Amino acid sequence: MKKISLVAGVLVLGLSAAACGGAKVEDDAASAPSANAGGASAAAAPAGTVKMAINGWVGYEASAAVVSYLLQHELGYTVKNVTLAEEPSWQGIESGDVDVIIENWGHDDLKKKYIDEKKVAVDAGLNGNNGVIGWYVPEWMTQKYPDITDWKNLNKYADLFKTSESDGKGQVLDGDPSFVTNDEALVKNLKLDYKVVYAGSEAALIKAAKQATEQKKPLLMYFYEPQWLFNQLKLVKVNLPAYTAGCDADPKKVACDYPPYPLDKIVSKKFADTGGKGYDLVKNFQWTNDDQNSVADDITNNGMSAEDAAKKWVEANTAKWQAWMPK
Amino acid sequence: MVSAPVQAAPPVSAPPRARRLVRWAPVAVAVAAFVVLYAAFRNTAVLPHDDDATLFHWLNDARDWVDENRNSSPIFLFVVNYVRLFVAELYTGLQGALDALGWPGLIGLMGGLGWLAGGWRVALVALAGFGGIGVLGKWDASVDTLALALTAVLLSLLAGIPLGVWTGRSDRVRRVVTPVLDVMQIMPTFSYLSPIILLFLIGPASATVATMIYAMPPAIRITALAVQRVPATVVEASESLGATGWQTMRKVRLPMALNTIMLGVNQTIAAALSMVPLVALIAAPGLGVDLIQALARVNVGAALVPGLAIVLIAIVLDRISRAAAAGRARSRRVRWSGFAALTAAGLALTPALAPEFPEQWEIQIVRPINDVVDWIEAHWYPVTGFLNDTVAYGLLNPLQNTLTSAPWWLVTLAVLALAWRVSGPRPALVAGACLVGVAVLGLWQHGMETLTIVLVAALITIAAGLVLGVWAARSDRFAAVLRPFLDAAQTMPSFSYLLPAVALFANGRFTAIVASFVYAVPVVARLVEDGLRAVPPTVVEAARSAGSTERQLLWKVRLPMARSSLLLAANQGIVMTLAMVVIGALVGAGALGYDVVAGISQQEDYGKGLAAGVALVLLGIMLDRITQGAHGRRNPHKKRNA
Repeated sequence: MKKISLVAGVLVLGLSAAACGGAKVEDDAASAPSANAGGASAAAAPAGTVKMAINGWVGYEASAAVVSYLLQHELGYTVKNVTLAEEPSWQGIESGDVDVIIENWGHDDLKKKYIDEKKVAVDAGLNGNNGVIGWYVPEWMTQKYPDITDWKNLNKYADLFKTSESDGKGQVLDGDPSFVTNDEALVKNLKLDYKVVYAGSEAALIKAAKQATEQKKPLLMYFYEPQWLFNQLKLVKVNLPAYTAGCDADPKKVACDYPPYPLDKIVSKKFADTGGKGYDLVKNFQWTNDDQNSVADDITNNGMSAEDAAKKWVEANTAKWQAWMPK
Repeated sequence: MVSAPVQAAPPVSAPPRARRLVRWAPVAVAVAAFVVLYAAFRNTAVLPHDDDATLFHWLNDARDWVDENRNSSPIFLFVVNYVRLFVAELYTGLQGALDALGWPGLIGLMGGLGWLAGGWRVALVALAGFGGIGVLGKWDASVDTLALALTAVLLSLLAGIPLGVWTGRSDRVRRVVTPVLDVMQIMPTFSYLSPIILLFLIGPASATVATMIYAMPPAIRITALAVQRVPATVVEASESLGATGWQTMRKVRLPMALNTIMLGVNQTIAAALSMVPLVALIAAPGLGVDLIQALARVNVGAALVPGLAIVLIAIVLDRISRAAAAGRARSRRVRWSGFAALTAAGLALTPALAPEFPEQWEIQIVRPINDVVDWIEAHWYPVTGFLNDTVAYGLLNPLQNTLTSAPWWLVTLAVLALAWRVSGPRPALVAGACLVGVAVLGLWQHGMETLTIVLVAALITIAAGLVLGVWAARSDRFAAVLRPFLDAAQTMPSFSYLLPAVALFANGRFTAIVASFVYAVPVVARLVEDGLRAVPPTVVEAARSAGSTERQLLWKVRLPMARSSLLLAANQGIVMTLAMVVIGALVGAGALGYDVVAGISQQEDYGKGLAAGVALVLLGIMLDRITQGAHGRRNPHKKRNA
């Protein structure tokens, strides 16, 4: 009984704390960003909490780890990682669970919705990485079938890519269902005799690529740069019909290659307004694909935790990160 | 397929055989009729998948409306958003409190609660269990998971116990509540994530609500049962002494039902803990995040560690709540002073020791596990590849082709006939209607693909469960060896099973089948064993003295007498398989589960995902009704998933 009255008390308190007039989602005190690093004390006192979205590929994690490391050790912030898929990360910005998306791939529809219409998110500029998405085959295939890199010849080779999961058609191996992809529309609109099969994750794609290279097994897969794997083995991009501005406007009618993705950073409006030096650091952060690959490589292949890999990079590249520090 | 033995049999032989022929003849005729109809109407009235279905667009529009009006519609301003706010606050409060205790404080408190509930044994289990979590190196994530589970349990009990009391006291309420609870428990947990994030956005609040949907039914069911079981004479005595209805409730009914209600609490905790890892998909913190990350990296060791941590939490909470339900042996003073001493000792150590669980105490098991997995991967590849291809080409593809090339009405008719035969007319009509519902949702083809995987997985699972169960019922020694494995397998979150399966069999439908096999076999084996052991020994003796061989004993006496347990085992096996196959979408099993995952993570697929969630519920109900059996009522609190 006592417990019940206690909980009732909490309930009443909670409701009255939110005051009358209804609750809007951004009133949510529990999940609002508490970044308030306005004070002069830089590294001494805790400066606030930054909620960093962590998307499911290691390159993203590398960027997030380095920025987190600097936020924590140079500016005294607490960083909370929120593991989420890409689009839910934007929802997280609206719900107050996410402050920073450090590597955003396009998503013009979401930009329109959350930045222009809802005004809960803010574009914090490019992060310096150049993203490429496309269809890749292992290098040995281009030697054996030189014309395979032209999409028009893909149907000729569909039989090579048959698997137990592809319904008697060729298999296009995709990654995580949450990744940016037009592949199902591409297969349909280019009239390819293929079926998109989801491997489920970046790691599964990498495993498939390694197997295909080592055992000379045919493989056609969705992949992207920046990616450390390109330092270990060669994959060749298949040329889809060239990208022209606007050819991917309707996601169901896409029949062209992916656009180049200059990757950018998205932050919550609240963090942009009250994030102080933390926000400045995020805004200034910019590095190259090679930088990201070296950290990602350490995380994946050298058995380092994301934090250790970030530390190693930070210690070796002082000049680069000092340029990002807020003045 | 059952071949028709009709023609081969001699006209009039032994009477029992003739009787069996009469019984099976309609089945054979029906099967033959379906085969003929399939051959005649193949590839007509098929419903190929269309991503552009009007319903999906309509649902997308509904989503957009909600999104635009989240901060202006009164329903959201005054109800939904407050619920969200309150649940989030409760979680943050609990999480903060548990965190503030520090690790020594929380271990001490758990030990104290163990002592309070069941004496030194349970206290020791609690201390060791929570110490073990620290040693695994998962302290912080475990605290988040514990807080989330406790928030959901608290709210489930708060809503569930009064509802259970009401259900227990009124037949009318029970008639309404029972089917709702049925559906809540049959629904694959995956299917309701989309609507919940639409209402409550992502984050701990919606995670708690999702967990509650799964954790509340046992609380309601068992409370209702407990209240019903209070002897009428006692109630009457109390009333004749002039007690008011409320007094009778507070002083007689509830105290007398308390121990059973505690069992409900126990089941609620177990259900909440099994769901908590899955809600990491909608941004809930805790051990589930580690599992998802391990999945993204195909790192088996890293997935096993959080799995073990959840098992430890589950064991400790189970022992404590079970001991609390069993009643108390010691005096009040001993119990409370032990509780106070242990808790105080823990709290006193909190400021003295490091705030983080000491790293030198942690043991690393990730690497050795991964070494083993790598070795298996490298050396067993021919075997695993062969298994995958055999099942895919031998079973999955032909069955899927049959189901998707048959006219939709023929499949529906087949389901109707099968359910009628096994379970009777009413369940048959429900099952048929559910299947039509899947077609109306525009997800027929994906539904059939999911059904294919479920059927194959259930077939393998039930066959293996039957063998294990029969063996365990016949040999006490084997049962003793099997039991701890079954216990562990049953407590492990289903998520953890995906990964070893992925590592061994790469991505695809077979991987989902392997995972659901590991997940559901323990329950099936256990139900079969219990059913066989419940066959009265006198009957077995009688049959044996009449000269039955062991084989005859099994086939003619034991298995038929355990029919309702076997049906229940099949039912549970299928429902659990469905839940797991859906999660298998995360590793490339496709079909409806993939639609749900895509719906959560891709804007334009939201409507399809929502519809797929509903289709999954319909499939679940359909499979449940087919296997419910003539008199096999569902066991109220057996199923668990996620």
